[in-house]
Amino acid sequence: MADASNTNAFVEFERVQKSYDGENLVVKDLNLTMPKGEFLTMLGPSGSGKTTCLMMLAGFETATHGDIRLDGVSINNIPPHKRGIGMVFQNYALFPHMTIAENLSFPLEVRNMGKSEREQKVKRALDMVEMGAFGGRRPAQLSGGQQQRVALARALVFEPELVLMDEPLGALDKQLREKMQFEITRLAHDLGITTVYVTHDQTEALTMSDRVAVFDDGRIQQLAPPDQLYEEPANSFVAQFIGENNTLEGTVKEINNGIALVQLDDGELIDCKPINVSKPGERTRVSIRPERVEYNKERMQEGAHTLKAEVLEFIYMGDIFRTRLRVAGNDEFIIKTRNAPDQTRLTPGQQIEIGWLPEDCRALDA
Amino acid sequence: MSDTTHTGPVLAADGTPLKRSLARALRMQKIRALMLIAPLLLFVLLTFILPIADMLFRSVENKIVSDTLPETVVAVQDWDADSGVTPPAPVFEALAYDLVVAAERKEHTRVGSRLNYENPGISSLFRKAGRRADDIGKVYIKQFEKLDPAWKEPATFVSIFADPAWVSSRSDDAEPLFEVSETAAAALPKASTAYTRWARTIQQEDNDSPTKEDPWAPVYLALHNDLAANPQAPSAFGGDAQAALQAVSTAIAAGEVETTTAYDAFVKIDEDWADPEVWRTLKTYSGAYTNGYFLNAADFQKGADGAELRPESERIYGTLFLRTLLMSLAITVSCIVLGYPVAWILANLPSRTANLLMILVLLPFWTSLLVRTSAWKVMLQQQGVINDTLVWLGLVADDARLVMINNQFGTIVAMTHILLPFMILPMYSVMQTINPSYLRAAKSLGATNWTAFWRVYFPQSVPGIGAGSILVFILAIGYYITPELVGGTKGVFISNRIAFHISQSLNWGLAAALGSILLVVVLALYWAYDKIVGIDNVKLG
Ligand SMILES: Nc1ncnc2c1ncn2[C@@H]1O[C@H](COP(=O)(O)OP(=O)(O)O)[C@@H](O)[C@H]1O
Ligand SMILES: [Mg+2]
Repeated sequence: MADASNTNAFVEFERVQKSYDGENLVVKDLNLTMPKGEFLTMLGPSGSGKTTCLMMLAGFETATHGDIRLDGVSINNIPPHKRGIGMVFQNYALFPHMTIAENLSFPLEVRNMGKSEREQKVKRALDMVEMGAFGGRRPAQLSGGQQQRVALARALVFEPELVLMDEPLGALDKQLREKMQFEITRLAHDLGITTVYVTHDQTEALTMSDRVAVFDDGRIQQLAPPDQLYEEPANSFVAQFIGENNTLEGTVKEINNGIALVQLDDGELIDCKPINVSKPGERTRVSIRPERVEYNKERMQEGAHTLKAEVLEFIYMGDIFRTRLRVAGNDEFIIKTRNAPDQTRLTPGQQIEIGWLPEDCRALDA
Repeated sequence: MSDTTHTGPVLAADGTPLKRSLARALRMQKIRALMLIAPLLLFVLLTFILPIADMLFRSVENKIVSDTLPETVVAVQDWDADSGVTPPAPVFEALAYDLVVAAERKEHTRVGSRLNYENPGISSLFRKAGRRADDIGKVYIKQFEKLDPAWKEPATFVSIFADPAWVSSRSDDAEPLFEVSETAAAALPKASTAYTRWARTIQQEDNDSPTKEDPWAPVYLALHNDLAANPQAPSAFGGDAQAALQAVSTAIAAGEVETTTAYDAFVKIDEDWADPEVWRTLKTYSGAYTNGYFLNAADFQKGADGAELRPESERIYGTLFLRTLLMSLAITVSCIVLGYPVAWILANLPSRTANLLMILVLLPFWTSLLVRTSAWKVMLQQQGVINDTLVWLGLVADDARLVMINNQFGTIVAMTHILLPFMILPMYSVMQTINPSYLRAAKSLGATNWTAFWRVYFPQSVPGIGAGSILVFILAIGYYITPELVGGTKGVFISNRIAFHISQSLNWGLAAALGSILLVVVLALYWAYDKIVGIDNVKLG
């Protein structure tokens, strides 16, 4: 393993652009720096350019402009097979004509490794993903989850420093997916591998990653640890995309001492935290997380801002209640409350008063 | 894996066994399915299965000899072919009786040609003998008539030989098939048979009646021989018949009758009838079934000690089979070599471009086979396009133009071109199903372009190669028109020889045997292919 003198820059994208057809930029001005050992997730809607970024890193697509560096070395001119990057494909791409053991042995063979060493490594890698008993089978004889593990083992068996995974859990059912999410993170941390993980599933991104890069329209909209991403979305796209979110539209009246006064479209005035609004008169979208909204007067915190609301729908979801309200002309206002013993259940048609703290209410771009 | 722990059969809701109830439910479905395929089934049966069965049958069938020469075939069995002497007199007599009937039915030339395949020259023996068969025994006619004028009357013969029941049942308008009397059959066995065959032949062939015609000469010969062998025979008869017979019998006993033998008659017609080899051939091929065609097709012949390989100069079919196989193999290999990259490109292009190029691949299918083959003639001949170009470029001297047609090269080139689409199509459809991510995966794992192709892509494309190869090879092995047109003498296939025997030499038995061998070879290769490659590994898409 080569020592990276600057551990803060194991993988670097610098002003990378990519166009397939010469007309549209699929990746626009991508800048990204990853330290060694980080688990970074690229999260974004389908078509936002995540796979393209991964393919450029792996060497199957060339950047139209910009520089990609691995461990300080520009890799634009290194062919894929010399990059030493492990990769897990969405369809696993296990070679169907080889057994599981042969699949794992393949990267070692092309590195001219001796037979006994190969067997040893294959065995260790299979044991690592708890597939030790399946070495003699063909991929077609395995279930989806098992194939997934083998694909993972194959990407790791030759001990790459960087592993790329393109929606590796997309084809699995929910339960299996959660189990694999955990295993992948565990392996990545145990082995100290730097991982770039692509997904369009936000839960996956939040639970697995050290940092998440939210992609949209060929740009990184926000690059932050999961908690920050959820609680402090940098713009309304991120707020909408990550988790559930209530949006109220309005106009900034004034900004004072880090508090923005926003007049909602039905005339109500509320206090918000200004995130990317700078001057009065600007249109804004105010974002409030459903679980930060309170309607129980006794629990309402000091300094909470209150508004009138009408209950439209009450949905019992077991651990929580999900209630749809009409607030300031918005029929899609959702609140979530824990199913606690003293919690009151709302009934449709009921007129209530809801409230939240000004710091939970973020004035974002319109 | 279902474990059935209960004892009795599973029952349906109404108490009938589930199996029966299921079978009943499926029966209607099966019948309907069967009705749908019935027209095709019938068509295939009539136009394909039955002809093949007929062909297989023809390759061993040899009834013509025993049907045409029934008495000879029986008589010759007692003769030892290795004795080196001609068969005894009864065999020649039997041949005389058989031949006169065959000549009347015009079948003698056919049996002659059949035996001629095995021993050239026999055909003319039969032709000549057939023409003059009714002369054999002619000397007796005049003598009999002189001894008793009753012999001039057809009625005398009828009274001797005919079954009284037949006589009473017949009328001039409606005559049943002649029946011989038991008395005659016992007293004059050979003559009875000869007369009966004559009588029935003229009834069937000429619509004549034995009551109005004199028998042909061999009947007299048979009668003479019977009376010579058994002078007491006339006593079995009565009346005029007895008198006529007695007159002849007495004269024979007194040595007053000038005799002749069938042997002399045949040798006089052609002295080769005395050649034991002719008779060996006849005896060898007297059975109703023969392996002769197959031996012939494998360059064997029947010699003194059973089957033996033909002399080197006469072997043709072995070489021809081998050549057909090798050239088909060469064509298959060149189709793979030329077709693989094309299929690869087609499979990796965007589908719109691929479809366009596919039309180019399929273009040959829209042109007549004959036109394409003729085009190759124009290209490859010595004054053709390629030679002209090479000469013009100075690569080849004008007096040393390459010979590229009417030889194996020409056949291979033209057939590769013609069969190429059959290779490309299955390869293409298999390659299309190979996900490009496999190649990417291989490269990401550290494989060079070549290793990735060879270890990952190629093995997955093998089923396409397999399907294409088997298609091309089997089509090539039976190809006829192209080798015929551009193959010359060195580049023809076994099918050209089969066609020759079907349409020119008219030796259908041999053609059938060659065809059967070809069929077996193809099936054997298919079997071997299944064992080696595995037929599951063949995909057409
Ligand atoms: N090989 C390609 N040729 C042309 N356009 C492509 C190609 N691959 C992807 N694209 C386009 O680039 C955009 C981004 O695709 P992709 O990187 O696969 O997005 P994601 O993985 O985020 O869903 C899409 O609009 C897609 O149509
Ligand atoms: Mg993608």
